[in-house]
Amino acid sequence: MSSYLCSTPEERQAMLEVLGMKSMDDLYVDVPEEVMIKGPLNLPAPKSELDIRRTMESLAEHNTRFHTILRGAGAERHYIPAAVSRITSNEIFVTAYTPYQAEVSQGVLQSIFEFQTMMCELTGMDVSNASVYDGGTAAAEAVAMCKERKRTKVLVSETTHPDALAVIKTYCYGSNTEVITVPAKDGVTDLEALKSLLGEDSACFYVQQPNFFGMLEDCDALGEAVHAAGAKYIMGVNPATLGVLKSPREYGADIAVGEAQPLGMPLSWGGPYLGFMTCTTAMMRKLPGRIVGETTDDKGERAFVLTMQAREQHIRREKASSNICSNQALCALTASVYLAEMGPAGLAEVGNQCYAKAHYLASELCKIEGVELVFPGEFFHEFVTTLPDTYRVLCALEKKGILGGLRLREGVLWCVTEYCTKADLDEAVAVIKEAYGK
Amino acid sequence: MNFPADLKYAKSHEWVRQEGDTYVIGLTDFAQDELGDIVFVNLPQEGDAVSAGEAFSDVESVKAVSDVLSPVSGTVVAVNEELMDDPAKVNSDPYGAWFIKVENVSDVEELLDAAAYEAHCAAEKE
Amino acid sequence: MKLIFELSKPGRGNKVLTPYQTTLNLNPTAEVPAVEIPAAFRRSSAPRLPEVSENDLSRHYNALARRSFGVCDGFYPLGSCTMKYNPKINEVIANLFKFTDIHPLQPKHTVSGCQTVYALAEKYLCGITGMDAMTFQPAAGAHGEFTGILLIKAYHDSRGDYARKKVIVPDSAHGTNPATAAMCGYEVCSIPSTPDGMVDLDALRAAVGPDTAALMLTNPNTIGKIDKNILEITKIVHDAGGLCYYDGANLNAVMGVARPGDMGFDVCHLNLHKTFSTPHGGGGPGSGAVGCKNILKPFLPGSAIGGGGGEQSVGQVKMFFGNFLVVLRALAYLMTLGNSGVREAAQTAVLNANYMKAKMEEAGYVCAYPGICMHEFVLDLSQLKKETGVSALDVAKSMLDHGIHPPTMYFPLIVHEALMFEPTETESRETIDEACAVMAEILKTAKEDPEACHTAPHHTVIGRPDETKAARHPVVRYDFNS
Repeated sequence: MSSYLCSTPEERQAMLEVLGMKSMDDLYVDVPEEVMIKGPLNLPAPKSELDIRRTMESLAEHNTRFHTILRGAGAERHYIPAAVSRITSNEIFVTAYTPYQAEVSQGVLQSIFEFQTMMCELTGMDVSNASVYDGGTAAAEAVAMCKERKRTKVLVSETTHPDALAVIKTYCYGSNTEVITVPAKDGVTDLEALKSLLGEDSACFYVQQPNFFGMLEDCDALGEAVHAAGAKYIMGVNPATLGVLKSPREYGADIAVGEAQPLGMPLSWGGPYLGFMTCTTAMMRKLPGRIVGETTDDKGERAFVLTMQAREQHIRREKASSNICSNQALCALTASVYLAEMGPAGLAEVGNQCYAKAHYLASELCKIEGVELVFPGEFFHEFVTTLPDTYRVLCALEKKGILGGLRLREGVLWCVTEYCTKADLDEAVAVIKEAYGK
Repeated sequence: MNFPADLKYAKSHEWVRQEGDTYVIGLTDFAQDELGDIVFVNLPQEGDAVSAGEAFSDVESVKAVSDVLSPVSGTVVAVNEELMDDPAKVNSDPYGAWFIKVENVSDVEELLDAAAYEAHCAAEKE
Repeated sequence: MKLIFELSKPGRGNKVLTPYQTTLNLNPTAEVPAVEIPAAFRRSSAPRLPEVSENDLSRHYNALARRSFGVCDGFYPLGSCTMKYNPKINEVIANLFKFTDIHPLQPKHTVSGCQTVYALAEKYLCGITGMDAMTFQPAAGAHGEFTGILLIKAYHDSRGDYARKKVIVPDSAHGTNPATAAMCGYEVCSIPSTPDGMVDLDALRAAVGPDTAALMLTNPNTIGKIDKNILEITKIVHDAGGLCYYDGANLNAVMGVARPGDMGFDVCHLNLHKTFSTPHGGGGPGSGAVGCKNILKPFLPGSAIGGGGGEQSVGQVKMFFGNFLVVLRALAYLMTLGNSGVREAAQTAVLNANYMKAKMEEAGYVCAYPGICMHEFVLDLSQLKKETGVSALDVAKSMLDHGIHPPTMYFPLIVHEALMFEPTETESRETIDEACAVMAEILKTAKEDPEACHTAPHHTVIGRPDETKAARHPVVRYDFNS
């Protein structure tokens, strides 16, 4: 097999001769004998492309693909327009490296500049970076931006996605930072508890809108309390809702971050996804990761470059606020193409349909005896219900190719997007009713 | 290269002008020339304590970052916010572009006069 | 060229979704009833997203692609980045619906295909690295470093050994190493390299002690040399009670030949997007898989919601389970190469680098370090700069006019005017010969007409950008009022 090599064994032998060597082993004379691998590697024999394809397709067959997905919790199945996958699979975008050489990377740089602009438009914030690994790491990096000498404690709402909360805690374990969880009441952050926990040593408060339970938080009141204590206000938002929902800027956020998987990325068993980070101009220099800026070239023409690089690890080394080098460029491109294909009207349509369809499913489910909403407030497109005999009901749904809500301590968390039709929702409700023998 | 005679200099390339009990600190002409185009200046806040020989600021060029050390120990009473918007001033007018003013000074590093500093720079250039 | 916002016209756009209201008007029973989002939560004005036809959109992004440079466009000898060929079959596999349309929180028995992908990738990569266990949660190399050093921190903490506050990093290291150590709350202790680019054993002995948490090392190192003393190095650190971290950035030179686990390393990260052929995507997504020995296994991360972490787990570094589709591609690559191909790829990468190095010396360039190199080598252009004024940057920019992506510039920091070349195994002798001919021509130009190098590139879509202006007055988003 070729290992994708471009030279034949004979050609390689000829190249070795140019170097005055006899065999490949001569290249490794500096490697201590004791660490050289003796014997064969723990890998199967090489495979042809067709064999690989068969092997991988058979692995894929071991996964179940659901025709209806009513589960979200940080990963949502939205419709992905054809243009998105066709445009972003362009071989040049796929195989390019980080745009360090601006003269031959204007395309990638401009696409990131456009992404940054779109993220600023969605969030209402002034500045965006070129993206980070995912929503959880975006939250953790946002928290790290807020620490000051006298403000070292980090407050995070209990209504945060458990994985995002765990990532924040792990990053804070690294930096020896204390994390305080602000308790929830009725599925939303307890404002009074927040007020009592805020103090002169508070660096920031992080809240998700809509929160992990799908509930809409009173982000105006939370923001006021945070700012009254002199701390920074970080909001985690779902960009698919921002065609219709109030922007973090309108709530007074200093930093807005989130998971942009809903903008054209498939579920992919959890990744790759896309974290975005935006902030006010005042906090721009603390923003980690790559940032693309506009400038001019030596002829005065518009040009784009990676800018403010002296913030970053390759220059600032141990004094950099983050070690991040890469972004999720291809995912950022995906989100941009998605947003450009959908436009403001399309994104608003996504938001309105998610909202209406989720409320329809909630009301239909609540017609079933024993099923009711767990929390009293407003929700967006996710909600928690009671569901007697949960396991059996979820299995019944699964048998019909429907992935039901996610079982939590509090109840079952459902998610509905524009991808579902009314017929899909009616079918799910019918299956549940049948499971209850009604 | 300009070495004003009325200033004192630290070997780490900061200048100091004493105005009564106040010490005004900036970056020398030699330093700005070595660093190239300065694109950003990170400044401390009023009320911060600075220590002699320790960094109180850093300056960024496009591909580098350098610490600016304080020649004195004391309290920052004023910060030149203008440099945040116009870092180029450090290049164009290094002795006008002061960084901070320090009072309650408890300790001052050993400083050079203009001639000695000029010789120090010449030696460093070699 | 125009920004997408400058192509936008109100009212243009595409009908991706049937407007919900339309369906409702036509057939009220076919659609869910209308519900208004409460005014208190509605935004006051719509985001100014582009309104463009799909044709304009398609042309816009094709124009952007033409103004970019991928491995598919030409030689990409970017040192330390391993820009090898990205096989097409891996893309096809990563687009199978039964991989892409799988929710991360599906019941376990419905995702056994995905779990098998991870299990196989773990098995094969442990075989290549000599590690005992692996996590695929980290999304990139730097993220893997962060995870690996956190494992070490959790290990020391679990033993109540809180005195270990320092991480030792050689001065030739990538910037991510010291930045990672700092993110994990450690003080960075930088040690010098010997004149031939190796770890200075005396400096290392002097640096280690009861406060040593770890040593971070890249081997082959950033000048493309394998450290002959590697067993002695890891022993010195272990004897002091510290652990050894292997930065896998340069694993491509030794995969299938030598294993970090056998060199005495306790934990390592792998850049699946370098060594294992997954595409870079213009800067991501990648995967920074982390392998470790059994002593660190209890601390591996998990998902709070998806499970996986043990009682002593360090926590979680990313949502869910990592960049699955990237790991999937890497697995397809590994299975294609198989037991013989992995070693063959490494050997050919080293052969190509040594061949190119010899050709460059023949062309009149000076290598920073003599002797056999691994998968990459560093040119030192300080003499050229002294003689002609032409810098490493000028040479790199001149290469752009010849359709070759420049090598890594000004790294490692211990070499002045450095250019670091990594040809990789997926280039032919002709490609390398042609590149060396171009380099010879540039050298000639540098000596005869240095100004031509100072002003290069001349044939790219833009000339050299004004980076000072960009940094002094940052414009990081489109101004709709312009």
